[in-house]
Amino acid sequence: MTTSRPLHQAFIDAAARYPERVAVVEPGSATIAYRELDRLSDKLRDRLVELGVVPGDRVGFYLRKSIDGIAAMYGILKAGAAYVPVDPGAPPGRNAYIMQNCAVRVALVEAQFEERFRAELTALGATPNLIVLPGVGGGDGLQTALDAEAPASAARSVESRSEDLAYILYTSGSTGRPKGVMLSHENAVSFVDWCSEVFAPTHEDRFSSHAPFHFDLSILDVHVSLKHGAALVLVTEDAGKDPQRLAQLIANEKISIWYSAPSILSLLAQFGGLPGYDFARLRTVLFAGEVFPVKHLRTLTELWPHPRYFNLYGPTETNVCTYYEVELPVPAERTAPYPIGAVCSHLLGRVVDEDGKLVPFGTEGELCITGRGVMQGYWSLPEQTARGFFVDSNETRWYRTGDIVVEESPGSYIYRGRRDRMVKRRGYRVELGEIEAGLYQHAAVKEAAVVAFPDEEAGVRIVAFLSAQDGQRLSLIEMKRFCSERLPLYMIPDKFSWHDALPKTSTDKIDYQRLKEMG
Amino acid sequence: MTEQVKGAIKAFILKEFLPGEDPSNLTDDLPLITTGILDSIATLKLVLHLEETFGITLEAHEADKAHLDTLNKITSLVSSKMK
Repeated sequence: MTTSRPLHQAFIDAAARYPERVAVVEPGSATIAYRELDRLSDKLRDRLVELGVVPGDRVGFYLRKSIDGIAAMYGILKAGAAYVPVDPGAPPGRNAYIMQNCAVRVALVEAQFEERFRAELTALGATPNLIVLPGVGGGDGLQTALDAEAPASAARSVESRSEDLAYILYTSGSTGRPKGVMLSHENAVSFVDWCSEVFAPTHEDRFSSHAPFHFDLSILDVHVSLKHGAALVLVTEDAGKDPQRLAQLIANEKISIWYSAPSILSLLAQFGGLPGYDFARLRTVLFAGEVFPVKHLRTLTELWPHPRYFNLYGPTETNVCTYYEVELPVPAERTAPYPIGAVCSHLLGRVVDEDGKLVPFGTEGELCITGRGVMQGYWSLPEQTARGFFVDSNETRWYRTGDIVVEESPGSYIYRGRRDRMVKRRGYRVELGEIEAGLYQHAAVKEAAVVAFPDEEAGVRIVAFLSAQDGQRLSLIEMKRFCSERLPLYMIPDKFSWHDALPKTSTDKIDYQRLKEMG
Repeated sequence: MTEQVKGAIKAFILKEFLPGEDPSNLTDDLPLITTGILDSIATLKLVLHLEETFGITLEAHEADKAHLDTLNKITSLVSSKMK
């Protein structure tokens, strides 16, 4: 039980123990040692304190994947604030909404995003202090931004309490607005410690950082590797989607622990040209965020037969809450996805019916989780927070994952589906209602209904069924463009299907069942 | 020559990724990757098609939005490889 320390303490300790070791790598361009990363984040801490940041505040960052981003994370934590990362590829209006919603006191932003971001913030009436970085890479952008002002006097790193917020991650919200999942130091540290126990990382390891910082997979990458004095190899967004570049990077950078959504591993297996490289250092492959189609997992494990493979499962609200080690080889006849497995040791799980009562063994029900890793709630959304939990007769608060599972063998679960309209795409959660809300902003759209269909290649295919004022049919290009201004890329529908009117139920609601049949 | 190359690439994109689209909407500077018209699988298909059709080889780092985001960018990349 070591959760009384703040999330950044393990990094500070690792920096004291391994000052000369490489902490973070930007492949082909830069590295930073633990000592320098610690100093750079101290410098940001000092500036934040000077700008009036106090424990309990939020500080946002709107930066591409970089050493600067990692330093920002630790600088913010050391100042006692919670960090709020946003997707640099998402529309500036969405990012400004997030920062306004949780009232960040300061935001770090790259100069290339500044103008539109500032305009969007002004439109929302938000006035955070902005620290503008001329660019990112190697920590130089952050250093330059900090050097531009007179040096701040040295502050002390804050000894955050276990219940203080460490970060807020925004996920897709069913009401059309992203919602902020509040995770405390205890939530994060209990998860990080569990990872240490199960994956036994050492300072010799080299972790991939494939997930962007606004995605909860990044918590494992960043905070587990930097706790142990390992090297964290940053994968940029462009390289991250390209299987050939990735294969090269994993081999050249001698990655030993890989973690990503299954979709990119499927692409690597099919198009990465894996037999051309040496992956001798790769010892652990972790995947999470969506179901891994077995045929692609089989191909991957045939090409990479040596590492151990773990299927990790969990919503942002709990981070990973169950895990399953895949036994190799994957049998040729197997088609059923692998189980999500057993509940992690820092948590407890149970499967309940709609009234919160335990279901008999082998019966479908909703997986609920309690324990030190479970979020405090959604930022400024008390009703949604209350709906997200149920309290049992012992006053224990259980988080309702919304995922339907079956206990297949004692303590091991199989994922069956969702109880609501959320889907996973490329590992991201997508509330179909948020896409609909985005589509309704188009002046010509009269009705919008979004349905997800299973797809072997892409996992899910998202189809928007639409009707327009005056029976118009808007072009695919126009709709893609329109959506790209309002929604992150992973939420843009694959197909737009226009109709004179959408089918209705007897109560005059949109008939989603019919739409599903229309495929 | 460049116009021919552009025409062929445009026809492929329309047929594969924008079925039923009015060709005039696919302008030379329309962003394709940043609007989600080309997702990662579509980008791979495009790269394979360009390599086969024009007998060129794209480097791994060229299969990104800096090189492939618009019809103009794709055409210049392909043309530079054909010289």
